[in-house]
Amino acid sequence: MSCSAIYILDVKGKVLISRNYRGDIDLGVIEKFMPLLMEKEEEGLLTPILQIPECTFSYIKTNNLYIVSTTKKNGNIALVFVFLHKIVQVMTEYFKELEEESIRDNFVVIYELLDELLDFGYPQTTDSKILQEYITQEGHKLEIQPRIPVAVTNAVSWRSEGIKYRKNEVFLDVIESVNLLANANGNVLRSEIVGAIKMRVYLSGMPELRLGLNDKVLFESTGRGKSKSVELEDVKFHQCVRLSRFEIDRTISFIPPDGEFELMSYRLNTHVKPLIWIESVIERHAHSRVEYMIKAKSQFKRRSTANNVEIVIPVPHDADSPKFKTTIGSVKYAPEQNAITWSIKSFPGGKEYLMRAHFGLPSVECEDSEGKPPIQVKFEIPYFTTSGIQVRYLKIIEKSGYQALPWVRYITQNGDYQLRTN
Amino acid sequence: MTDSKYFTTTKKGEIFELKSELNNDKKEKKKEAVKKVIASMTVGKDVSALFPDVVNCMQTDNLELKKLVYLYLMNYAKSQPDMAIMAVNTFVKDCEDPNPLIRALAVRTMGCIRVDKITEYLCEPLRKCLKDEDPYVRKTAAVCVAKLYDISSGLVEDQGFLEQLKELLSDSNPMVVANAVAALSEINESSPTGQPLVELSTNTINKLLTALNECTEWGQVFILDSLSNYTPRDDREAQSICERITPRLAHANAAVVLSAVKVLIKMMEILAGDTEFCNTLSKKLAPPLVTLLSSEPEVQYVALRNINLIVQKKPDILKHEMKVFFVKYNDPIYVKLEKLDIMIRLASQVNIAQVLSELKEYATEVDVDFVRKAVRAIGRCAIKVEPSAERCVATLLDLIQTKVNYVVQEAIVVIKDIFRKYPNKYESIISTLCENLDTLDEPEARASMVWIIGEYAERIDNADELLDSFLEGFGDENAQVQLQLLTAVVKLFLKRPQHTQGLVQHVLSLATQDSDNPDLRDRGFIYWRLLSTDPAAAKEVVLADKPLISEETDLLEPTLLDELICHISSLASVYHKPPTAFVEGRSAGIRKTLPARQGSADDSASAPETTVIPNQESLIGDLLSMDLNAPAPSMAAPAAAPTSNVDLLGGGLDVLLGGGNDISGVPTTAAAPTTTGLLGDIFGIPSAPTMYTPPKILWLPAEKGKGLEIQGTFSRRSGQMSMDMTLTNKAMQAMTGFAIQFNKNSFGIMPHAPFSAPPLQPGQSLEYSMPLNTTGPVQRMDPLTTLQVAIKNNVDVFYYACQIPIQVLFSEDGTLDKRVFLTTWRDIPGANEVQYTLNDVKGNTDTVSNKMTLNNIFTIAKRNVEGQDMLYQSLKLTNNIWVLLELKLQPGVPTATLSLKSRSVEVAPYVFQAYESILKN
Repeated sequence: MSCSAIYILDVKGKVLISRNYRGDIDLGVIEKFMPLLMEKEEEGLLTPILQIPECTFSYIKTNNLYIVSTTKKNGNIALVFVFLHKIVQVMTEYFKELEEESIRDNFVVIYELLDELLDFGYPQTTDSKILQEYITQEGHKLEIQPRIPVAVTNAVSWRSEGIKYRKNEVFLDVIESVNLLANANGNVLRSEIVGAIKMRVYLSGMPELRLGLNDKVLFESTGRGKSKSVELEDVKFHQCVRLSRFEIDRTISFIPPDGEFELMSYRLNTHVKPLIWIESVIERHAHSRVEYMIKAKSQFKRRSTANNVEIVIPVPHDADSPKFKTTIGSVKYAPEQNAITWSIKSFPGGKEYLMRAHFGLPSVECEDSEGKPPIQVKFEIPYFTTSGIQVRYLKIIEKSGYQALPWVRYITQNGDYQLRTN
Repeated sequence: MTDSKYFTTTKKGEIFELKSELNNDKKEKKKEAVKKVIASMTVGKDVSALFPDVVNCMQTDNLELKKLVYLYLMNYAKSQPDMAIMAVNTFVKDCEDPNPLIRALAVRTMGCIRVDKITEYLCEPLRKCLKDEDPYVRKTAAVCVAKLYDISSGLVEDQGFLEQLKELLSDSNPMVVANAVAALSEINESSPTGQPLVELSTNTINKLLTALNECTEWGQVFILDSLSNYTPRDDREAQSICERITPRLAHANAAVVLSAVKVLIKMMEILAGDTEFCNTLSKKLAPPLVTLLSSEPEVQYVALRNINLIVQKKPDILKHEMKVFFVKYNDPIYVKLEKLDIMIRLASQVNIAQVLSELKEYATEVDVDFVRKAVRAIGRCAIKVEPSAERCVATLLDLIQTKVNYVVQEAIVVIKDIFRKYPNKYESIISTLCENLDTLDEPEARASMVWIIGEYAERIDNADELLDSFLEGFGDENAQVQLQLLTAVVKLFLKRPQHTQGLVQHVLSLATQDSDNPDLRDRGFIYWRLLSTDPAAAKEVVLADKPLISEETDLLEPTLLDELICHISSLASVYHKPPTAFVEGRSAGIRKTLPARQGSADDSASAPETTVIPNQESLIGDLLSMDLNAPAPSMAAPAAAPTSNVDLLGGGLDVLLGGGNDISGVPTTAAAPTTTGLLGDIFGIPSAPTMYTPPKILWLPAEKGKGLEIQGTFSRRSGQMSMDMTLTNKAMQAMTGFAIQFNKNSFGIMPHAPFSAPPLQPGQSLEYSMPLNTTGPVQRMDPLTTLQVAIKNNVDVFYYACQIPIQVLFSEDGTLDKRVFLTTWRDIPGANEVQYTLNDVKGNTDTVSNKMTLNNIFTIAKRNVEGQDMLYQSLKLTNNIWVLLELKLQPGVPTATLSLKSRSVEVAPYVFQAYESILKN
């Protein structure tokens, strides 16, 4: 814990705004930050933590801004980084985009926020929904002074009382991202699914929600071991979920925040077939040309369709005069990324498509060697989850007794989907 | 409408203009003006001149304006302490405001104004706020106690705030509890005695565990971190804590997860007896740790550094998770390097094939640092997983074929290590290595290659040509390479004496005549002497079997590892250093360590004054730099009597020895039994030091020093500190090649000149006085006066720690002017005063004062008050810390009271100790 001060710097290291929380380190130490960062970068020793005799800098970079925290103590550094990312999240929710301009435009609110987010280096209220109830951008034109929302110190610190909707609705999105790493020989090194259940909650009052999933542990403990269920390897919950309850009987019960949030995430290692498989043959004729033969195969059920498939294939940076031939979709060369992108709007299951590309290479070879970036694939498959996870029910109980409608949507998409090439 | 307009006034009379605007009657105008002031402050302009005008705006019912004025106050109060007092009234009033937001704001801001005068006024409002009906105010007040403690710890203790804070631990509101815990932990950490001021009882622990379920994610971290300092009474309590904390592993916040892991690992240590419980718990730890690797890269980095510790402490937890540490193309470099490190730690016979194919892949990337580390990793795998060695060597050979310069060099460096681990197994690849001689341009690679050629000289047909080609540029080589060349040529000569005599003579003359490097010259002379007196002995010595290198070379030292495990998720866990190494002063907190396992014998007997520390880091350095194996243990023949009946080298030696004394500084009469006296002369030890020097104590017992015993003490004579040692060789063979190194220490002490002790024959003792200076790197030690020493000889490297008597650090210019003394005494806050009672004081003020002056404690003034003699004394440490003292003596009474004031009060106990010992002598 105990950030001594928080700074927001522009990309050149100039302080845009800062707040000193503990006064134990001279604010001027920040002058040493950027030179040190450049030095470390040059040496190839850059880490997100930089040390000088006076203090330790911990920083993150976002939108060409550096958010830097200083400390002199042996603070909880994991907390510092999570918190720095939280600052970015809160400010983004406040100002849409956190950038140099929005900081200058809103410096008064930023000071107010920094005062509320952190006290003496200890994170306090960081829920932007709640903060927006008493720290607003319009200023308080009326002479009515704002009051602290009860939620700030409540056990339910993420939801205010007295929320009202005419139509009570809940939207549940089950989104699974597939991470895949395959080597050049076509062996899958790693494949995992990172799932998230995102909610948009438009409910009045203080509703109690209970979510039922086809969780294997739960099914086995209740004697339904034979039904189709999913073994979730590691589950992470939003702070609204009663963790001890889940630990006892795997019930996911919670009072949700208002609006959009991520209820939970889970991870599972699977050995399913890669949903979209790419075979590539790259023939490199030094000093003259390079040829690509890319085969894309969809290895999921025929009923499903992958949308907006993009296959990004890296090419040498000195390649020229591209020529493409494909059975479907379109191919674009993006020289600034040293890659070609093969886009297929709709890719049904069980199909196989082919693309050929041809580039010229200069006769003089470039000195510095290039890395071998992997082929990356982007896709979205609606109404489908790889893991087979299902929402069995979502019970909504509120003391006023209204009926609310839950809507559930499933989607599978690419995560870190990399196939190494030769 | 945006705020950026406030930044755009840069006219000449800006301050003046702002002043008039601030005093405008219209509220809106005033607010605009304050915003402009804050805007100027933001861009770094000094607007402190407007202090009174801004403070005048403080009394307002506009919350936004009030917040801005408060912000201004926080920034400038310190520079205008007298005017800051003007704000006190409003603060006190605001603390009574009906709106809790304003009450909290006032108490929060007041705590941030670090002006003593204001602090006095803070107490009353704070007391009320701690009992406020609104939890928002209470939670703010709780943090404010920590703020106050930071400014004036005495005030907090005197005013009973600690008790009030403790009561808040049972508050009905979880946020209040969380902040109270955070404040208490901070106060405990900075406790001057090192003992926590407030101990957590079982009862409180239960309350905290309840609050854990209800408070914010940050509050959960505060609570978990404080739980990690708690040692449960018995296994049952430990188990119940584990059960109640385990659900936190499913929290979305990575900091909550890591702090929970910290507590659980600590509890597992206590519960080590209950294997079943621990096994179940271990299984629960792996998935959340793996999931941390999908967080933001910075958090991943922290997680990886911690996983590195966890893998060393509990290798089982993650042993099946190798794949998650595979490097992704788009990982930041710092994540890549850490993953690589963990991959090697997890490498085992089961997964080595996968690991190797990954490492090979990485070795073809573009990032040079990463590639190098990947190549090195392959070598480490070969050494660690024996059955895989052959595959690793094959992989390395493949890589050498790529001819990429830095890959080849790195590969050769690790192959040298592989040769040392598996001698006489992979020599078939030497020819491939030799093909790459020309491309080597880095000293480490060159040295490794030369070592390989020398070691296997009999199998390399053209070894002489190869070495000869290196000799051409001998003068330009790095010292490391020169030493290796020298040794390699001697080895070659011993193995194939037929045609290599010219070569060895050439290299010996290069080393002894043309070089300025004493190490090189010494080694040259030793070889020369050996070769000329007894070639058989030379063979035995130079070609002796070398010890195998150990498997896992980079493990953290176990006690350090235990300490770091207690600091999981903190900065220390990322640095892999104890907090004392980078945190100044008291705030480093109490040294933590894992509780002793129940049921196991308590081996933590009180640490003896002299401890032998295996400092892993430097040990590895020595092992890997392979310098250790090269200096051959020489049977140094009496140099004074060259009985060279087998003089292979002709008369060269005599000639050289004649001149050698001047060049090399090797004492001529190394074998003479009167070493002590001679050395005394050489180093000019005066007959008796004027300053009190403690008697020598045993630093390195012979059994730990493989026969080398060291007794020693520290002294100071006319401004020169020195470390006086008696080295005794209790082993059966002569000891040579002494070198000494100090670890970083609190006072930056380092040897002023290199250690140049002559060879020490069995049974001999040697008095050695090494001059010291204080220009070395500084790192706070605990205890402060600890000095860790590494001493090397031909046998091994030994480590010991000793305590420096602080009086040798008292500098000669430690006297103060009377007035300066008085003002300094007053300026140092009361919190920095420590008292001590001296017993058995003999003599009157004059004798005491004289004794002290001899030891650089200077008497500034003497007074007699009501029959008591007061001596005011000062001293200065070499690092410019001033210590002021008041010594109260009563004639005829053997006890005396000593009061000490210093800005760095940590030195007090050591100074008291110095007084005791000086007075007793």
